[in-house]
Amino acid sequence: MSDVLRRDPRAEWIARNRLHPLHGTVSVGDEAEVRGPSGLLRKNPHKVGFIGPNGIKRIDRLKGNGNTVAMGRRSSGPQEVLLPLHSVEQPDFYIVVVPDMVGGRLTSQDKDILGQAHKLARGIEGGNEQQGAVVAVCFGESKEEGFDTAGVDRLILLDSEEYQGFCPEQQLAALVQIEASYQPKHWLFPDSVNGGADLGARLAARLGERPAVQAWQVDHETTVSRGASGSIDISRTTPHILMLVEECADPIDETRHEAQPLALESIPRAIAQLQDQGQVAVDPNAIPLAEAEFILSAGNGIHNWDQFHDTATALGATEGASRVAVDDGFMPRFRQVGATGTWVTARVYLAVGISGAIQHMQGIGQCDKVIAINTDAGCDMVKRAALSAIGDSEEILAELLKLAQEHRAKQSEEGDQHAA
Amino acid sequence: MQPEGKRQVQDHSLDRSLDIVSLISIGQHPQSGRVRRAEQDGRAVELGMNLAEKHTVLHAGDPLQQALRSYAGMGLSEVQVLDLGPRADAVPALVEYLQDHRPDIVLTGVRAESGESSGMVPYLLAEKLNWPVVARVADIVSVENGVAELLLALPRGQRRALKVPLPFVATIDNAAPEARQSAYGPGRRAQVESLDAVIEDDQTRSDWVEAKAKPRPKRLKVVKAKTAAERFKAATAKPQGESGKVLKDMPAAEQAREIFDLLLEEKVIS
Ligand SMILES: Cc1cc2nc3c(=O)[nH]c(=O)nc-3n(C[C@H](O)[C@H](O)[C@H](O)COP(=O)(O)OP(=O)(O)OC[C@H]3O[C@@H](n4cnc5c(N)ncnc54)[C@H](O)[C@@H]3O)c2cc1C
Repeated sequence: MSDVLRRDPRAEWIARNRLHPLHGTVSVGDEAEVRGPSGLLRKNPHKVGFIGPNGIKRIDRLKGNGNTVAMGRRSSGPQEVLLPLHSVEQPDFYIVVVPDMVGGRLTSQDKDILGQAHKLARGIEGGNEQQGAVVAVCFGESKEEGFDTAGVDRLILLDSEEYQGFCPEQQLAALVQIEASYQPKHWLFPDSVNGGADLGARLAARLGERPAVQAWQVDHETTVSRGASGSIDISRTTPHILMLVEECADPIDETRHEAQPLALESIPRAIAQLQDQGQVAVDPNAIPLAEAEFILSAGNGIHNWDQFHDTATALGATEGASRVAVDDGFMPRFRQVGATGTWVTARVYLAVGISGAIQHMQGIGQCDKVIAINTDAGCDMVKRAALSAIGDSEEILAELLKLAQEHRAKQSEEGDQHAA
Repeated sequence: MQPEGKRQVQDHSLDRSLDIVSLISIGQHPQSGRVRRAEQDGRAVELGMNLAEKHTVLHAGDPLQQALRSYAGMGLSEVQVLDLGPRADAVPALVEYLQDHRPDIVLTGVRAESGESSGMVPYLLAEKLNWPVVARVADIVSVENGVAELLLALPRGQRRALKVPLPFVATIDNAAPEARQSAYGPGRRAQVESLDAVIEDDQTRSDWVEAKAKPRPKRLKVVKAKTAAERFKAATAKPQGESGKVLKDMPAAEQAREIFDLLLEEKVIS
């Protein structure tokens, strides 16, 4: 026996690196203060304090003596601010916006264009005593709840059965009917691949109007739009039909609007030449991560990788990963989401066992709906998520896998019945 | 990326007497600005070459334009050109040509790389000819009994299957199979046939002012805070949207059911 101090640098290094795969096996215990190998007192700052009611870490430096002081005041929580209502009783003119409504909700481009519509309306009102209303025409099922705060004065919601799915000809018939009944001053479309550019061009061809496409600077007199694949600016007087790029104007944020339904006479049923055969199944892992619509992402909290891959296949999701999962060799580098990986734009991002480090959060900034599965209810991913399940990833994924397989089976059964 | 990219050309169960016109325009290199074969038009020619026996490649503009040779170099024996001046409107000339020749399918790019780039030509042609128009086609799978089956390119790498009766106008998306390489010699030797056409000047366009594109201002994150405390919070706090629904102390089966319902509601599972 010698009392020469023996240190194991590797074990110390693993103990310091919380993300090391072996970190759990060399942990130094749960106390905040431990005696180091040389007898010095070591403090582990990560073990100090507790998680407060808002999920924020609290360190009680008063050692329990401050309790009495804190009792006196009670915060009333954040208050909902009611924005002033912009109401239009008798509109003298209309400006019609046809938003893309991807997934049944206004996109950020749609909101910019509603802002642009109000800017145009104010410009036209400026000279005379008229008041204009911004009309939004939405096709298909709508899940949007914020029409009023997005700046919709009047709403035409066409969600009957003939507007479901892909039906540009029927949509065009509706727009032509609106043109005839309300003679809007301007038509604004998002210049996007989500159908806005297509519908705008169809309407322009039908009405014999020359639209401005890729318009980015618009007021009631002049429009500046990009031409020659973005290399020139074309200035002209503002036309009847405009297709606008993203960030053409600021969205509405200081007023509330009525979003009243606007009546429309019955729309003739268009003869559909284009027969929709439905969406084609594509291999989700062949879609580039940056473009994928639905990502199932794995982090350090995944232990059963076969199950993870099976779940992704059953759900039809594109696979993503946090940096730790990639560094530990479970996922290829091109699947990494985050600052040093891919910035994703998924509409639904299902994060399993990912804590939500800032470098990871940067990568999912544009995701609409985040769902978290995690054992830690206080982690940042749960704060960001619209829905979080607190529990072991393996158990929840197993149930999810079962549900997805049942769903598939039921569908193929129905498909068979359909065919029979 | 393209699941149908691997498919062989022979798979097309096609009627070989299919008559296709591909419309080509003059492209522009995004960095150097040199004229070139336009990206999407090249794909339209490629698709036309694979599909049709009778394939016409048509340009409305200047027959001496060098960029036409790079289309011809794809293996075309000739390129037809409706001889128009620089200010003329291409649509009336094209409509007249198509009315005379009555092809089954007209293929174009989504947007030209030079000029106004409005992408209106296919729509105007379809409107004048009273044909259906299909935007952003990724592939034409088959043509049978006068009905074509197409794949449309949707955002996020998705595809939609569609049936359209002939004749129709289709714009070709960047997701369509890439255009083959262009060979210089055959391109020089190919014939460029110049055709007379109706010339109508584009009046509206002469009133426009065209200038080199100005860089667009980046949108700044403006904090509309009224008090100092709010400004301080906006500058320091991490953006922390209201946290959503948290499912705690529940059996895993119920949690999974809730998640699955949300996925169904968002229509990411069909
Ligand atoms: C310069 C730099 C760049 C970086 N770039 C990126 C980047 O681009 N992308 C990236 O992702 N990271 C990046 N990182 C790393 C990042 O800081 C984090 O370390 C990493 O994102 C953490 O990954 P994680 O959430 O998977 O792991 P952890 O932080 O270990 O989180 C694991 C989570 O899983 C939970 N968990 C554990 N077991 C279970 C279980 N059985 N069931 C359910 N949940 C469980 C835990 O509660 C925890 O919340 C970068 C770091 C640096 C320094």
